[in-house]
Amino acid sequence: MENNRSELNRNLAQMLKGGVIMDVTTPEQAKIAEEAGACAVMALERIPADIRAAGGVSRMSDPKMIKGIQNAVSIPVMAKCRIGHIAEAQILQAIEIDYIDESEVLSPADDKYHIDKNAFAVPFVCGARDLGEALRRVTEGASMIRTKGEPGTGDVVQAVRHMRMMQSEIRKVVSMRGDELYEEAKTLCVPYDLVKFVHEHGKLPVVNFAAGGVATPADAALMMQLGAEGVFVGSGIFKSGNPAKRARAIVQAVTNFDNPKLLAELSEDLGEAMVGINENEIKLIMEERGK
Amino acid sequence: MKIGVFALQGAFIEHERALAKLGVETAEIRRRAHFTDGLDGVILPGGESTVQGKLMREEGLFEPVKQAIEGGLPVFGTCAGLILLANELTNDKNVYFAALDVSVKRNAYGRQLGSFRTALPVKGVGEVEAVFIRAPYIERTGKGVEVLATYAEKIVAVRRGRILATAFHPELTDDLRLHEYFIGMAKQR
Repeated sequence: MENNRSELNRNLAQMLKGGVIMDVTTPEQAKIAEEAGACAVMALERIPADIRAAGGVSRMSDPKMIKGIQNAVSIPVMAKCRIGHIAEAQILQAIEIDYIDESEVLSPADDKYHIDKNAFAVPFVCGARDLGEALRRVTEGASMIRTKGEPGTGDVVQAVRHMRMMQSEIRKVVSMRGDELYEEAKTLCVPYDLVKFVHEHGKLPVVNFAAGGVATPADAALMMQLGAEGVFVGSGIFKSGNPAKRARAIVQAVTNFDNPKLLAELSEDLGEAMVGINENEIKLIMEERGK
Repeated sequence: MKIGVFALQGAFIEHERALAKLGVETAEIRRRAHFTDGLDGVILPGGESTVQGKLMREEGLFEPVKQAIEGGLPVFGTCAGLILLANELTNDKNVYFAALDVSVKRNAYGRQLGSFRTALPVKGVGEVEAVFIRAPYIERTGKGVEVLATYAEKIVAVRRGRILATAFHPELTDDLRLHEYFIGMAKQR
């Protein structure tokens, strides 16, 4: 792969910063999302809440359905493949998807190996719960990271836990002496160069979004205050009473995450939020997939 | 010298870093109250033009910024910023500031697989490393618009008076010369 491809792919993630990426299942939803100010959409057949409800094996979406969404909007279109499913990723690349999410939301295809994302020309985003997972995915070629959270629950607690964990581990690496970084690389099971990058820059080498359980403008603002560079909203929008209004409010909340007065206005009259499930009520823990 | 950088969405921090390296003070503009008289110029960063244009209106920034640009406030737009400044988009019904008489094609190089990086000679600046991310190009320029750079026969950088616009992202490289060029424009004001 030409070596500037990975740089260009990281660059696209930089353009998405400060934005909201929304899960959509139809071209109509994609248009509502674009109209509401989504900076990209994630095309999938079922949103995580429905995947959770339906059970069974969850796979890559029908390419025809994804193409329908690509044709409906001018913003970047992302789609999910199963963890380790090289062929699904190749198919998504063949239809010129803008970003592949190698996602724990779908059933894993490989319980040991992730996809070698360096072998692809299209960019990948991957979920992570801590600094080690994030840097392992970057080593494999991910050009964007998101917290895993716990998808399809409408419960933000796991996303908060993962973002706090990542940020505190980053602060720890920053505060280390230079000669301690070698041992830290061993502990995290990641290459020394990436640990050194975090030590010097105080951030991941790629853009880092929040995902999993974000359902309200306040949730989105919370994740931004904790250090997210943007937000994925999955089930939270199209499982709610008034998707267009809620989507608009979440977009504005990400830009104005530090302005409580405006957040108060944005939180008014949004209709019913998705009902949600608490973490002690769920059996399927998606965040455990892919370490 | 103080430059306002629109911080609604996209790669605004990259512009702030470039200006900081040049010793220029910056201010983030997220809402109406941030758009003050004390600015010597503004930057419209890369990102998604549909998102930025929409937020610009919702935050009540659109009219005052449009008037300020028409009144001669120096402005530098990169990628999405070029789209916001253009008089016409050839593949999109939206028009934003309509401050620059050019027709722009959005996502003109296709999807992310069409993104690229190339060495590009820019008039008055020299050869720069230009990064195009799902980039637009300019299909037509009107009277008084000076073409600063072309790539494969398509126009990718222009200037008219105090307006500077590029289809690529100087904020993504370590090369500060286009920012320097813009600061020069702002100083002439």
